[in-house]
Amino acid sequence: MNRALPLLRRRLLSSLPVLLIVVFGSFLLLEAAPGDAVDAYLVTIGGDAGLAAQLRQKWGLDQSAWARFSAFATALAHGDLGWSVAFSRPIRDVILERLPNTLLLMGAATALSFGLGSLLGIVAGARPGSIRDRALSVASLALYAVPGFWLGLVLIVVFAIELRWLPLGGIETIASSKTGLDRALDIARHLVLPVAALGFIYLALYLRVMRAGMAEVWRMDFVLALRARGLSRRRVVLAHVARNALLPLVTMLGLQSAAMLGGSVVIESVFAVPGIGRLAHEAVAARDVPLLLGIILSSAVLVVIVNLLVDIAYAALDPRVGASGERV
Amino acid sequence: MIRRLFSSPEGIAGTVILAVLTLIALAAPWLFPHDPLAIAGPALLPPFHDPAHMLGTDRLGRDVLAGLVHGARMSLIVGLAAAAAALFVGSVVGTIAGFAGGLVDEALMRVAEAFQIVPGFLLALAFVSIAGPSLPVVVAAIALGAWTGPARVARAEVLSIRERDYVAANRVVGMHPLEIALREVLPNALPPVMSLSSVIVAGAVLTEAALSFLGLGDPNRVTWGAMIAEGRAVLRSAPYLSIVPGIALIVAVVGVYLFGEGLVEASTSRRRYL
Repeated sequence: MNRALPLLRRRLLSSLPVLLIVVFGSFLLLEAAPGDAVDAYLVTIGGDAGLAAQLRQKWGLDQSAWARFSAFATALAHGDLGWSVAFSRPIRDVILERLPNTLLLMGAATALSFGLGSLLGIVAGARPGSIRDRALSVASLALYAVPGFWLGLVLIVVFAIELRWLPLGGIETIASSKTGLDRALDIARHLVLPVAALGFIYLALYLRVMRAGMAEVWRMDFVLALRARGLSRRRVVLAHVARNALLPLVTMLGLQSAAMLGGSVVIESVFAVPGIGRLAHEAVAARDVPLLLGIILSSAVLVVIVNLLVDIAYAALDPRVGASGERV
Repeated sequence: MIRRLFSSPEGIAGTVILAVLTLIALAAPWLFPHDPLAIAGPALLPPFHDPAHMLGTDRLGRDVLAGLVHGARMSLIVGLAAAAAALFVGSVVGTIAGFAGGLVDEALMRVAEAFQIVPGFLLALAFVSIAGPSLPVVVAAIALGAWTGPARVARAEVLSIRERDYVAANRVVGMHPLEIALREVLPNALPPVMSLSSVIVAGAVLTEAALSFLGLGDPNRVTWGAMIAEGRAVLRSAPYLSIVPGIALIVAVVGVYLFGEGLVEASTSRRRYL
């Protein structure tokens, strides 16, 4: 763990300029959108032109673009994301309220796609070129092509409408006054379909990378040496080939978190899960640009954090990674 | 090259699927000359009941088959245009970053990183909702989230090319660095970038579908995503209205992937397994 701390600090420092670019990009989008924060605020509380001018002065919106940007960035640095017209509440509160649901959904979907994907990847990569490998390759290609929102609708038709096994949507039964374990089970039941829809879409990617990684390792001399020493094929596959192919998959976890956040927008909309993905759709429907940008900024921070965690996990798994974060 | 494309099953299947889709998309105005968004018959006609409406009609009595055929146009146009834009911008940015090195490289790669940590779909959502849904805006929005991959690959390739003798020779004869980068180095860095194209086209088709599913497509054109969203309202009584356009989408994307794999296999003489 001692090696992880300098790595953490280094990564944090290097992600700061990147986050600043994201902030600048959001500012450009905000400027391009019709209306400003004062218009948005006055829609909810009402007011005349005099109050508008007063507020613009107070919030620094009558100043130069550069001053407006530094005010925007300063507010962000203090955790102030602005005011949401759609909800008549501070954007930060709305996002923080919805975030746990999205994290739960993404965490479970990542576990599903990573676990099942790498497992099937091992099955396919155990004998590259076999029938099983070809079949899994074709299946993963088809799965890779399935739009998440469509898979969600099909799951609803089959499991919620026809079979009536699982609820149609939402995160828990409304006004059920369930507590403790009952409530947890209720939420779990509601999350089965959205997690399956989100997880299966990304499963194919892990499967393919795992399989390709294993095919690569099979070509190496040490595998031949292991076989020559008389190790069983099963042992070679699990303890050596799969093990070596697993590391690139861990790196993918970080990159995939951004894609999954994007994917959760449609999945949460289909299943009416009150998370930040659905919030983004609501912000679009209500033309609440500041809220949408707040969600984008929060997602970017979330992706940076996930990538940091992945880096730490990688350093712990691979002793070749030095404190500088580079492979030695 | 073309003969080798047809030597793998993936290549054959992909080429056939894409050729059929392209033909359908091109022939849409002749196959279904009427506006696919206009009412064509009674509402919610089930498939295979009326020969005039082979796949039935939707909630408003619009012909599903006509929608599918016209939707193929939109999916292909947006998919190809967005991928072309992403590949173009990505390879130019990547080439300049790799060739210039130093501060320019550092700055451009930080910008690429910024685009990578922002979920591409959220960015597309914001861009379309601010600029308004129209074909060019949707194309730009999708390209915005897809150019970083090509940029990284192009940069890596340029880093290995820029030390070659012919680049030094170009410098000696006094060519402008930008001209060397874009006219001499970029074309040689393209092959690995182009190998990304099938994944990017497929991703663009799926992103367009998701955008129009959420109601952010061009409202005056039929799209498969919008058809799926439209069918959602009657998911209990007529699930096929959502399911059928989704199958068209899967076939199109699988076709793109297979074609891409066929191309990769045709261009590498290496044996596929072990």
